[in-house]
Amino acid sequence: MQIFRNRKTRNTVLQVAFLAFVALVIFGAVHEASTKLAAQGMTSGFDFLQKTTGFRIGFSLVPFDPFENYLKMIWVGVLNTIFLGILSIILANIVGLIIAVFRISSNGVLNDIGTLYIEAFRNVPLILQALFWYATLTHLPPPKQAYSLFDSIYLSTRGVFVPSLNVEGQWFAAVALVMIIGLSVLAWFSLSRRYQRVKHRRALQIGLLALTLAIMVGLLLYAREPGSPLISVPELKGLNFRGGITIPPELSALAIATAIYGGAYIAEVIRAGFLSVGKGQVEAARALGLSPWHVFSRVHLPLAIRAVLPTLINQYVWLFKATTLGIVVGFADFFSVISVSINQSGQTLELIAILMAGFLIMNNTLSFVLNRVNKAIALKGTQLRT
Amino acid sequence: MATASRTDKSFQPGKSAAHPMVLAAWLRRRYFRTPLNSAISLLGMAFLLFLAYHALQWAVVQAVWISPDGTSAVCRGISGACWAVIQQRWRIIIFGLFPYDEQWRSMFACLVMVATIILSCVPFFWKPLRLSLLWSGGFLLFYALMRGGVFGMPLVQPADWGGLTLTVFLYAAGVLIGMPMAIAMALARRSEMPLVSKMTGGLIDGVRSLPLITILFTAALIFPFVLPGWLQGDKIWRVIIGFALFFAAYQAEIIRSGLQSIPVGQEEAAKALGLTYWQRTSRIMLPQAFRNALPPTINQLVITFKETSLIVIIGFFEILASGNAAYGTGEWSFAYFEVYIFVALVYFAFVFSLSRYGAYLERRMRFGQH
Repeated sequence: MQIFRNRKTRNTVLQVAFLAFVALVIFGAVHEASTKLAAQGMTSGFDFLQKTTGFRIGFSLVPFDPFENYLKMIWVGVLNTIFLGILSIILANIVGLIIAVFRISSNGVLNDIGTLYIEAFRNVPLILQALFWYATLTHLPPPKQAYSLFDSIYLSTRGVFVPSLNVEGQWFAAVALVMIIGLSVLAWFSLSRRYQRVKHRRALQIGLLALTLAIMVGLLLYAREPGSPLISVPELKGLNFRGGITIPPELSALAIATAIYGGAYIAEVIRAGFLSVGKGQVEAARALGLSPWHVFSRVHLPLAIRAVLPTLINQYVWLFKATTLGIVVGFADFFSVISVSINQSGQTLELIAILMAGFLIMNNTLSFVLNRVNKAIALKGTQLRT
Repeated sequence: MATASRTDKSFQPGKSAAHPMVLAAWLRRRYFRTPLNSAISLLGMAFLLFLAYHALQWAVVQAVWISPDGTSAVCRGISGACWAVIQQRWRIIIFGLFPYDEQWRSMFACLVMVATIILSCVPFFWKPLRLSLLWSGGFLLFYALMRGGVFGMPLVQPADWGGLTLTVFLYAAGVLIGMPMAIAMALARRSEMPLVSKMTGGLIDGVRSLPLITILFTAALIFPFVLPGWLQGDKIWRVIIGFALFFAAYQAEIIRSGLQSIPVGQEEAAKALGLTYWQRTSRIMLPQAFRNALPPTINQLVITFKETSLIVIIGFFEILASGNAAYGTGEWSFAYFEVYIFVALVYFAFVFSLSRYGAYLERRMRFGQH
């Protein structure tokens, strides 16, 4: 027992014991699993990913048919999860900003509406809200009696039908990519301190924007199917609509539910940010004669966003994880695709490993990117004033 | 702007309502300060009144409360709510598939658990011994009532548990198992042994970057593979372990932040007095850490209650699933709205009171510290 008097020796012994325990648990688990798999006559490994699934997917960003393999199906699920996650974050942010402005406004009624909203929607689980919206959307009238807005947008039990452009999916993706690249370059140019004093800055900005728009329009015109009108409007043909884009109720239910639920959380974060902005900053802006809108958009909002961006990033990552509820409404996201694959192929361990690895990669990428953004725009040194 | 709203908050209508002048001034300041403000206020009030009127019409005035013959015939062609679905199907929502004759047990068990939760909010029980006695007593009583097999009560397997009682059980069991795990993980992560702290840190961060459903799903599917038969237990316990692990990973970080906010001098003084590691941890560090971390802890407890609803995905019949079943028959399929509102109100009652209690605790603590 004399050895244990020495802190260093004791720590080493304890760590070795800890490591041995963990190794024993892992070894026992692997051993148990391999005996069970051998007894069931299952082959482990990732060869099954090349087999055809025979499974149909309701909503996918890339075309998918039942003859394609598991790998493709999982890829479709990953894309759907990313699409829904980003869509939800954007929508929740818009809702959250509006409610936060309500909550901090000097008007009593707007305060009350904001508080009512937050208490009503934050205290009910997201999954219940998703089910509720799904039930509501699937109880809409059938296409023949669909509600219509301006005779171009239709709400029916089969989904929401909106007009679209007559171009193929991959061209759409290309246009979206051009837009994202153009806007990022523009944002970088406008925000970066390096280009703050460039001559004709405003003209260059407008030029960039015009160039982006021109490329987008050009791509669209080039990709249009010959002889068809550029815009395709949904029309009732028989029992369903033809043309336009169909937003299935599964997607809308999840997007609405997360926008409402996440918005309530994000509103509270943004509100905390607004309250943390020093009174002197706002007063100084007003004393300089800025209009109320300029005080809000140039001083109050930017400072508030910077103050809460780390918290906001945590909320985004959390919201991204929370949107993996596709399985309850039948939306083919990453989790539900994996769950279907497990049921059909029986390769439980491999698919769970894919599931974990996929989520770890997606979440860490998201938080890495957002943290870089935070670092880039955080207040530094003398900018930190109250 | 900020000053105005702060003075608004300090005014309490209940106390000063006796002075009509004060009330009028308060109303003017809050709602009618400028013409634009008044216009917005009037519009907003009109909107709220419109909402309230229609909600009241739907939920109360035009609603049907009772179905005399047990069918949905009374609800045909009405424009209000059909609360008769709750009157007819509330047993399935609250008790799930629990055998009809034994449902009183489920009800008492649920009440025992809720009473335990409420009692542990009373400062009298905030001593480690009292709290652990209360919880082990409440939990044992709950388990005996639900499972039966003692005192002549027939055995009911956990697979038949359901409804609100199952939700409350999952919550209590998850938190009860998760809290010690969280303390252990927080202490291990702060350990001076690099191997222990790195590995615990990896586990915590790994669990935190996965959605809860993947953890539950893994617990339900993987444990049967990797655990030998004598360790497996019932499916519900495997899921509870997964749930507890998820709660513990988040709570461990909260406790760790509580530990980090304690001034270094505290631990150094305890060391100088010759206290051992366990004495320092249990008498000096943890009590202060919990006190510092109380607001986020309550917040985590609130979130955890809502997250019990995800159990429905791996096939448990908790209150959300039983709500789906309640309107899932051909007879009541039109009444999904009423059932979801009812289930939402049940969740709201639990979550709202918990978060109000948290706000009260925060105020109470602020008075204690200067």
